Amino acid sequence: MKILVAVKRVVDYAVKIRVKHDKSGVDTNNVKMSMNPFCEIALEEALRIKEAGFAKEVIAVSIGPSQCVDTLRTGLAMGADRGIHVETSSSFLPLTIAKILKSLADVENPGLIFLGKQAIDDDCNQTGQMVAALLDWPQATFASKVVLDKDKNVATVDREVDGGLETLSVDLPAVITTDLRLNQPRYATLPNIMKAKSKPIKKTTVEDLKVDIKSDIEIIEVTEPPKRKSGVIVSSVDELIDKLKNEAHVV
Amino acid sequence: MMTRAFLLKALMKKTNHLISLNGFRSFSITNFSRCISTLILAEHENGCIKAQTVSTVVAANSLSESSSISLLLAGSGSSLQEAASQAASCHPSVSEVLVADSDKFEYPLAETWAKLVDFVRKQREYSHILACSSSFGKNVLPRVAAILDVSPVTDVVKILGSNEFIRPIYAGNALCTVRYTGPGPCILTIRTTSFPVTPVTADSESKKATISQIDLSDFKEDSDRKSRYVGQSVQDTERPDLGSARVVITGGRALKSVENFKMIEKLAEKLGGAVGATRAAVDAGYVPNDLQVGQTGKIVAPELYMAFGVSGAIQHIAGIKDSKVIVAVNKDSDAPIFQVADYGLVGDLFEVIPELMEKLPEKK
Repeated sequence: MKILVAVKRVVDYAVKIRVKHDKSGVDTNNVKMSMNPFCEIALEEALRIKEAGFAKEVIAVSIGPSQCVDTLRTGLAMGADRGIHVETSSSFLPLTIAKILKSLADVENPGLIFLGKQAIDDDCNQTGQMVAALLDWPQATFASKVVLDKDKNVATVDREVDGGLETLSVDLPAVITTDLRLNQPRYATLPNIMKAKSKPIKKTTVEDLKVDIKSDIEIIEVTEPPKRKSGVIVSSVDELIDKLKNEAHVV
Repeated sequence: MMTRAFLLKALMKKTNHLISLNGFRSFSITNFSRCISTLILAEHENGCIKAQTVSTVVAANSLSESSSISLLLAGSGSSLQEAASQAASCHPSVSEVLVADSDKFEYPLAETWAKLVDFVRKQREYSHILACSSSFGKNVLPRVAAILDVSPVTDVVKILGSNEFIRPIYAGNALCTVRYTGPGPCILTIRTTSFPVTPVTADSESKKATISQIDLSDFKEDSDRKSRYVGQSVQDTERPDLGSARVVITGGRALKSVENFKMIEKLAEKLGGAVGATRAAVDAGYVPNDLQVGQTGKIVAPELYMAFGVSGAIQHIAGIKDSKVIVAVNKDSDAPIFQVADYGLVGDLFEVIPELMEKLPEKK
């Protein structure tokens, strides 16, 4: 079985972002970029499944500008076998990304597709569900535990839902999106980073894949959220209680 | 800046409008109500509609002045029918409750539910399909959207018009205004903390929506079901629900142990609030993960939010910054949480919490 993992290059999670003055978006020039944290978890899980002997090959896919190759190299250094880079200069809505992933899945025929549950830049939380719908495969979103049964060809997945955990069993092939608690992603070691340089990355384009590009959402403006008015530092518990009682009226 | 010509035009329109006031208005309203019809995928539990779904109705109501709102309830058995009759009077603007009663909907499987929404949509035209941004809504609606080949909008915090919305991006560090331009239904998930439910007046209580059962005889499900529900482990708490509590008390890593975290629970009890936690506290095993507040956990907007031993990482702030009053107690006076706190107290939480317990007034 092959496993396809989608990885996105995003502004590093620790960066304090700045909104552009012309309100057209968020400034991403000269900002540290890295692999979306949820994608790291997705890749880690795929690698663990391969190491447990359930899969033969892990393929990392990234869609975006030429710098996405760096993200793919990180994935290869973690242990992915090869990469696919769908090069494009435009940014796509999750629906188009899902269509690209579907067309790759039609070619590669993976038994599983792993994605992160959401990207920390657009916070959409849509792509995995959409890929599953387009392929008509079952989906297991927000996974915090994945157990494969090779004989029955099913995956048993614990999902993080509001109010607790839910367990599903899905037939393979399936789409799984990963939540934070699924695993602790490994660091790439220096020898593996060196080795990753010789692993293949196949380049392709949206035109090659014959995906129709959907742009039915228009971004009008991006603004800074309203600032909270600055608060006060109180010196004692008594003062705090007094403020809560008489100024904020919340206790 | 608006051009003079545009202003003039607008003025002319207004005059026209005044002249043929009656005719014009009735025309525009019928035209409008034909355009805006909303289907809401409702969530219910133990025969009751969830508060989050009512918030979603509030959001749907702001799509347009006149719109018809249908609630879709699915499940099986008597608790579903109970929930349906409650849903019919949950909000005065609900015009119809659609009930899909079948064993197929006993469990919230995305594949089946997405097919149901598509099935209902084929029978009646809807301009908008909504659900709340709960784990259920986020699981099902993008799947529906892909089936319909449209792009959904996640986590809407403000509705500017029937196709213009504001949603947070980058963990709430920026707000993005988007316009839906596609044909077909506009699919939204609603951040319910941004659409508070106003108490229903006695007058509107008498208004009840019609309840109709959906004929499912044509509803085809794959004969070989590809996903099955195995079970659920629910965190049962007697405290109020984290997402809708008036007061939320949160602890971070500084609590140091499961035992110490009980202090947070006691304080929450005293204030009648819910308990939340940071990712660090969850990862350290102090509390289960459904109490996590932040970008990847729950988004809360209580009247009072108190953070103890919480540093205030971007991802955590994303989940709390719409709270009315934020109180932070931390040893480190440089902790970023103090930048968003209305009241900050620099001190040791192991001293502050017991003192608060002692001095806070009993809740009425």
